[in-house]
Amino acid sequence: MNVLEFTALVWIGSVIAGFLGSLTGLGGGVVLVPLLTLFFKVDIRYAVGASLVSVIATSSGAAAAYVKEGISNIRIGMFLEIATTLGALLGAFLAARISTGTIAIVFGAVLLYSAYVAGQPRTKDPLDDVPDPLATRLRLNGSFPTPEGMRHYCVRRVPAGFSLMFGAGALSGLLGIGSGAVKVLAMDQAMRIPFKVSTTTSNFMIGVTAAASAGVYLSRGYIDPGLSMPVMLGVLTGSFLGSRMLFKAETKSLRLVFSAIILLLGAQMLYKGMAGKI
Amino acid sequence: MLGVPTWSDRKVEEGIGTLLRTGVLLSAAIVFLGGAVYLARHGESPADYRVFRGEPSELRQIRGIVHEAVSLRGRGIIQLGLLLLIATPVARVIFSIFGFAAEKDYPYVGFASVVLVILVYGLLGSS
Repeated sequence: MNVLEFTALVWIGSVIAGFLGSLTGLGGGVVLVPLLTLFFKVDIRYAVGASLVSVIATSSGAAAAYVKEGISNIRIGMFLEIATTLGALLGAFLAARISTGTIAIVFGAVLLYSAYVAGQPRTKDPLDDVPDPLATRLRLNGSFPTPEGMRHYCVRRVPAGFSLMFGAGALSGLLGIGSGAVKVLAMDQAMRIPFKVSTTTSNFMIGVTAAASAGVYLSRGYIDPGLSMPVMLGVLTGSFLGSRMLFKAETKSLRLVFSAIILLLGAQMLYKGMAGKI
Repeated sequence: MLGVPTWSDRKVEEGIGTLLRTGVLLSAAIVFLGGAVYLARHGESPADYRVFRGEPSELRQIRGIVHEAVSLRGRGIIQLGLLLLIATPVARVIFSIFGFAAEKDYPYVGFASVVLVILVYGLLGSS
């Protein structure tokens, strides 16, 4: 395969990854790295570097739209970014110290977990509005526009959410993904943030989280321009299309399809990692 | 009332939205340009990313990347666009610091500053 053909194929794959990742809120990174390593035989370190760059593009591109619509909560975002960026630095440093096989195994495990999360029916948005003292002091509670007007919500269990976000950041730095699944666990389950707010706020945070580790990757020589170019442009195109559809498409069946894909890729990554083929 | 976005909250949000969009579009345009140069010159070469070699030192540091881009090397221009992309969230955090300061929300000025220090450390401190 010459560079031109390789670039075109990687671009197409990245458009699809970005589109699905944006629609499901799990990010394009979770399918991108397996796609590059399993199908294009790219070394996992290059794949993670390129994915990380695309994650910044996706996040910033989509976040620009959501922030303007007033759905994202910039205070929740900023507060939790302390945890995710610290985690991202840790993850990036770990990436240089553990073998590519181990990275593949961790990646496989995260994929399996993501498939489980994506396949789950979305948790019901909390109806009770009992303020949590810490969340109130941090001014994390907010409201967002719905078809029925503005809806107010209260944030819960801030310390648990903060700790989980540190883990999400570490996985992001280690694997070059947005770790949407862990963020869902932290923000939807622990902190009880309404789905639309958590999805868009998580999108908003992913860019900063990825930027923290991208600097480390760049200086280590993991970010290859020839590979990152089609990946970044493709994922950006796909996620732009996906963000246009967030309010129109019924995502339930799509989430099931996406979780099945992730399940297969996760099993593949686990197998290759354990067999030492990555 | 606590937590309900105020007028200046909205203004900060709109500013952030514009900043992010500009950063991403500009870096995508630069990456695209660099990609065109790269493909025009190296499109026929074999693509091989199986073996990890690591990037040459001039594509790892800010000064080297700028030099390569100014010399109109395709890979250098792409890398410059990627560098700009990485800088976009950093600029967003800086913007937020000013936004929170304008609202006299000092705890959040502090939180945003901590995030900025971590980001700068990742970009400069690790090389």
